[in-house]
Amino acid sequence: MFDIKRVYRAASVADALRALQEDPESVLIAGGTDVLIRVREGKMAGASLVSIHELPELTGVHKETDGTIVIGPCTPFAAITANEIIQTHIPALGAAVDQVGGPQTREAGTIGGNLCNGATSADSAPMILALDAELVLQSAAGTRIVPGTEFHTGPGRTVRRRDEILTEIRIRPENYQGFGGQYTKYGKRAAMEIATLGCAALVRLEADTKTIADLRLAYGVAAPTPIRCPEAEALAAGRVLDDALLDEIAQTAAAHAAPRSSWRASREFRLQLIEELARRTIRAAAEQAGGGC
Amino acid sequence: MTVGQSIPRVDAHAKVTGTAQYVGDLEPHDAYFAKIVRAPVANGLVRGFDLTAAQAVPNVVRILTCFDVPDIQFPTAGHPWSLDPGHQDISDRKLLNQRIRVWGDEIAVVIARDRVSAERAARLVVPDIEAYPAISTPQEAMQPDAIPLHEERPNNIVARTEFHVGDGSFAQAVDTPNTVMVSGHYHVPAVQHCHMELVHSVAYMEGDKIVVISSTQIPHIVRRVCGQALGIPWSKVRVIKPYIGGGFGNKQDVLVEPLTAWLTTQVGGHAVKVELTREEVLGCTRTRHAFDWDVQAVATADGTLLARTYRGFANQGGYASHGHAIAANASNVFKQCYRDRLSLDSESFTVYTNRPTAGAMRGYGIPQGCFVMEALTDDLAYALHMDPLEFRLKNCVEAGYVDPHNGITMHSYGLDQAIAKGRAAIDWDRKRAAYQDQTGPVRRGVGMAIFTYKSNVHPFSLETASCRMVLHEDGRVSVQMGATEIGQGADTVFTQMAAESIGLPVSHIDIQSTQDTDITPFDTGAYGSRQTYVCGTACKLTGQSLRAKILEYAASMHARGAEGLTIRDGIIYDEADQQLCTVAEVGMESSYSRTHSLHITAEETYHCEQNSFATGVCFAEIEVDIPLGQIHVLRLVNVHDSGKIINPKLAEAQCHGGMSMGLGYALSEELLFDDACRPLNANLLDYKIPTAMDTPDLEVHFVEIEDPTAPYGNKALGEPPTIPVAAAVRNALLHATGISVNSLPLTPQKLIEHFREAGLLGGNRHV
Repeated sequence: MFDIKRVYRAASVADALRALQEDPESVLIAGGTDVLIRVREGKMAGASLVSIHELPELTGVHKETDGTIVIGPCTPFAAITANEIIQTHIPALGAAVDQVGGPQTREAGTIGGNLCNGATSADSAPMILALDAELVLQSAAGTRIVPGTEFHTGPGRTVRRRDEILTEIRIRPENYQGFGGQYTKYGKRAAMEIATLGCAALVRLEADTKTIADLRLAYGVAAPTPIRCPEAEALAAGRVLDDALLDEIAQTAAAHAAPRSSWRASREFRLQLIEELARRTIRAAAEQAGGGC
Repeated sequence: MTVGQSIPRVDAHAKVTGTAQYVGDLEPHDAYFAKIVRAPVANGLVRGFDLTAAQAVPNVVRILTCFDVPDIQFPTAGHPWSLDPGHQDISDRKLLNQRIRVWGDEIAVVIARDRVSAERAARLVVPDIEAYPAISTPQEAMQPDAIPLHEERPNNIVARTEFHVGDGSFAQAVDTPNTVMVSGHYHVPAVQHCHMELVHSVAYMEGDKIVVISSTQIPHIVRRVCGQALGIPWSKVRVIKPYIGGGFGNKQDVLVEPLTAWLTTQVGGHAVKVELTREEVLGCTRTRHAFDWDVQAVATADGTLLARTYRGFANQGGYASHGHAIAANASNVFKQCYRDRLSLDSESFTVYTNRPTAGAMRGYGIPQGCFVMEALTDDLAYALHMDPLEFRLKNCVEAGYVDPHNGITMHSYGLDQAIAKGRAAIDWDRKRAAYQDQTGPVRRGVGMAIFTYKSNVHPFSLETASCRMVLHEDGRVSVQMGATEIGQGADTVFTQMAAESIGLPVSHIDIQSTQDTDITPFDTGAYGSRQTYVCGTACKLTGQSLRAKILEYAASMHARGAEGLTIRDGIIYDEADQQLCTVAEVGMESSYSRTHSLHITAEETYHCEQNSFATGVCFAEIEVDIPLGQIHVLRLVNVHDSGKIINPKLAEAQCHGGMSMGLGYALSEELLFDDACRPLNANLLDYKIPTAMDTPDLEVHFVEIEDPTAPYGNKALGEPPTIPVAAAVRNALLHATGISVNSLPLTPQKLIEHFREAGLLGGNRHV
């Protein structure tokens, strides 16, 4: 029994956009795993909701002719993990969203909702950033494309306006082909957890399977928003992956991160995790990329 | 023999098919919803309310505040009432409180036709509050200038006790040549029961009687407290306890029932329900007590324990609840587990603070006491360079132990066998050697902890139990216990005992699971691991009484005496082992005989003045990932000396649940608060109960030594499995890393801090 003023079930994206415009108090709901919690807590009690839950045009994964993979934002986590295109081309993303909460949350919660909720702890965000995904936002006024790295603006905040709908998550072939990937979620328990820290790494190796051609490193909860670590990434190109390099990358990542102390975890503890998870996650990603180290 | 067999739970089918009835299934469909308005501060005074906006919410029936309730203070502890005023529980709260002592204190209540309306209005109630600084710890509360939370106790100390054991003194031990001494400050946090079913009760009136249906462990005590709180004769309250989804001690307190009972009287007897949210249960009901201790121990170089000192402070929170009983229990485990050759000095305080009220929780202070005792034991063995198992064998209590103060006796003793069994199961000697002096980022260790635990609350409180049995025409028997099924399997073991004591197959026993204080025989309820021992005896006595009546009637049917007759599997045999008749024939004849109808029933009270100690041990094997601060529990082995096991499968499952609770206590569970005593993590995302994925295989063994004081040789088992787990894991960490962590839980952040301080992480680059 939720304290909800009104739920409008949109028939299409266009219908949802119209409904959002008509009722300036209305907010979007997809899987509801974040919105309904806020309704229940009273923070959004009496909310007017526009539901895009299970809209076919926003659900599912497909590959365009140029190899770009397009993920419908209303695709539930579990469906992404199980999706053949994801399993074939970006298994690390499927594995990352398989770390969310528990089975029920992964069936109901969506990747688009996870991003639009704006939390730095979103399990999909570090990998989306590492993949240089593009996020397509549509409103009655038109469409804009925002790089994943520019989507989050602060704790619980993104560039998305209330009357905009995230309609596509686009991942270009040059950002996934040849990469091995790994997402490490660090929590206080093994499931039903919010990340204390999340670390995503994508590694592409040279033919020698030892030298790094391209490294992408991204974190959740290492700053008020999910972040990429360009300074740490820049250290890797053209160098052989060894303990010394990993230490250097880990320390650089920590030096450029901005974790906060909260009652959930101290800054000091998060810095320790930022370093240690960089080492382990990059190594695992390199192994996924066929590395022998 | 049905006792000792793993018969399936008698309630299994009803529970898995969803036909078992809980409070939510029984509440009238038109019941009003009562939403409690909670104080937004932890310490203060309500000066008044503005109810204008709240009263304007549609569907609101009535709003009542702390200025409307009877001026009666009442106790809430699920203790048997004491006729001695000096031993009665502390009466320190009203139905709604003007003086705020905990964050979320109950200051008003909105009754509405539905939940959403009640919650809307509750958010619109505007209290005018005079706030005082919040008091977080006993140390703060005992400062001379601390604000008294209750005028009856101006220094905030609920109680202070001390005891001494031994003919010597601690100073004498310290002065003994060639000894080793360790000392430390230890701490455990408040944790919560997290029973699956929320706190839930509904009340309505039938004439001038108030009927309360509640999820409680203690229906008869709930009735008494409702009567006390409302200032009405106790029998004007009828409490019905259906199936409940767990309690673990939180429901051994009277929580919302008196308020629910009073609310129905304020709306003309219409049904009113109070169902707390998970957040309210976590933040605003009861917790396990947080403790702080300073302890010391001295032993000779050969590992003979000479003396210890214990100074403990229990953080009571805002209301007395079970009072000092839990702190006293925690301190007692020191003397009840080890032999100090010279001296044990013990001093305990229970102190009011503005943290949530602490009350009963599985183990009743002993999980806390066991943690500090067993951490100290391992720290001492470590300082002595001695195998901590050998140290325990040399110093633990022996067969025939008698507590010098209360006389509780180990009528049966299996601690030595339990340790031996666990030692073999975990492969202790080989692993202690293999995991010595490790280096590298990932290390392993094994640790252990022992405990003792009473089988009921005698002689501290009354121990009494009763049972009623009715023979039906078809030879089946209905059993009514005052004792309560709370998920632990009580109905099943009583069914076994009833069958055993009468001589019927278990299929002929119908146990009435619901307690109804107007109908059910008296009992004080499920707590103290008492029911199988105490109420089991009542069940056995009643079964024997019924059996005698059946045999007497059978004898009269055959014009003979009853001596020499016996019942097996529902059939009555004579001294030559020839079948005389069946119990079903006795049931039919006694019901409908035109010359000698007799309704065969039995009811017995067991006034219990016996107790005995259960003991046991936990062994843990862990792997520590030092750079990530993580402990992975590889194996957890509990061995219990709980006497004869009535139902091995149920007993094993009971241990699994308890060990899981202990694992959470060890690694992840703690209620966190800000400086204003506002709970930070009162939800099941941020309060970290272990999931199945965090739980290793849980291994359980029993050493079954018959206890002569019990109905079937059994001793306490309900609470014990939780007790030793946290200390065993903590001691395994000491073995793996050489690091003593003196507080729970063993969270990664805390471990990283310890590892960094010990140089295991190579300093701190980030400061």
